[in-house]
Amino acid sequence: MTTRICILDYGMGNLRSVEKALEHVGATATIANDAATIRAADGLILPGVGAFPKAMEGIRELGLGELIAERRDAGVPILGICLGLQLLFDSTTELGGAAGLGLLSGEVDVLDSPGLKIPHIGWAPVRWEKQSRLVEGIDSETPFYLVHSFAPHPESDDLLGTTAYGNRFACAAERDNVFGVQFHPEKSSAAGLRLLSNFAGICAAVPA
Amino acid sequence: MVLKRIIPCLDVDAGRVVKGTNFIGLRDAGDPVELAERYDAEGADELVFLDITASHEKRETIVELARRTADNVFIPFTIGGGIRSVEDAQAVLDAGADKVSVNSSALARPELLTELADHFGAQCVVIAIDAKRSVSQVASPTCAAPPGWFGDAIWDVYVNGGRKKVESRDAVSWAREAVERGAGEILLTSMDRDGTNDGYDIELTRAVADAVTVPVIASGGAGTLDHLSEAISDGNADAVLCASIFHYGTYRVRDAKERLAADGIPVRL
Repeated sequence: MTTRICILDYGMGNLRSVEKALEHVGATATIANDAATIRAADGLILPGVGAFPKAMEGIRELGLGELIAERRDAGVPILGICLGLQLLFDSTTELGGAAGLGLLSGEVDVLDSPGLKIPHIGWAPVRWEKQSRLVEGIDSETPFYLVHSFAPHPESDDLLGTTAYGNRFACAAERDNVFGVQFHPEKSSAAGLRLLSNFAGICAAVPA
Repeated sequence: MVLKRIIPCLDVDAGRVVKGTNFIGLRDAGDPVELAERYDAEGADELVFLDITASHEKRETIVELARRTADNVFIPFTIGGGIRSVEDAQAVLDAGADKVSVNSSALARPELLTELADHFGAQCVVIAIDAKRSVSQVASPTCAAPPGWFGDAIWDVYVNGGRKKVESRDAVSWAREAVERGAGEILLTSMDRDGTNDGYDIELTRAVADAVTVPVIASGGAGTLDHLSEAISDGNADAVLCASIFHYGTYRVRDAKERLAADGIPVRL
């Protein structure tokens, strides 16, 4: 049986591209927000485009926060993408501030890029700050595609990747079975597909 | 650091890629999704699809194109042609597109840009401008200098696929207004150069790039790899759009990337 990955649907952003990219690397992807599908999945992806506070409202209304925490405790790998990465952290300063899911420690804040255009959009080389199964086979400084105005400030142990835009900022984080990337692997060509394939491999390796 | 981008452009008519010269004389160049997959594999940074199908069922054709592309291509792509409302844009973005490009519909109703930016964010909204050097100020009985000779060139704005001139609009001021209204990127096509392989209109590109704070994609006229470098280093473009040089196999995207890198321009190799 192929690896079942559930893409969490809480009403924000383009889920179809993530779904197609996962299928492309051989995983079975389902877009869902019901407890049965989420509990049956080998891995969860928290996608998202848009504003943090509104996203957290959607997550709360659907009761997804508790489910995600439950699956994290059960050892199921979780990957946040873009806004989904930010939501994994404790809180944000966006639009007056909001609490996040708290699966990773730290705050999300606007990019510190004096004199540069915000949002930061485009391909940027990502430097790996530690070893990880998630980025196995992908060279450090490989470009990925980003579209964002905010970035998280993870604890140094959790820092997986950085890129520079004015100052260097965190664009990938990892703690145990919780992963997050600020860039869009589903839009980052071969390197992004490799990352998603690695994630599917991590999900497959967890005993059911 | 944001890398400079090379963007193959696919003009799609009734589901096939076509390419003309100066906006006319279309010639078949293949299946859009097959070409798109090839360009992704060769290192293209993004893709632009402009649907030029003359049909009332436009929304269905562009949504289908976006769906087929998102099934097979894993780089950002923009869809234009027939986007007239937030609902039209929503449909192609839901299908997997990253940005929408508007042209005639934004000139007919500039508030559209604000509505799109409010709904999806400026990063999703591309204003496409088809610009042509104005001949209106040539008529001086005492001086026969061609337009732009004294650095005072003016470019008119055209709509409906280059068939209709918009009165009282010039490309630079329209670009500025479009950005104020919410456009996050400008796809700037020189109609004088489009399909000629004579090189981008560098003066036009620089005039617009220096007038706005958002990225400018130079378009129209690429014939050699030197032209791509010039548009970035002399025209201040953030990205270069190419069609025929890639469609007909004159160069591969990879060749273009390598040339830009050799010229000291930061690109994704």
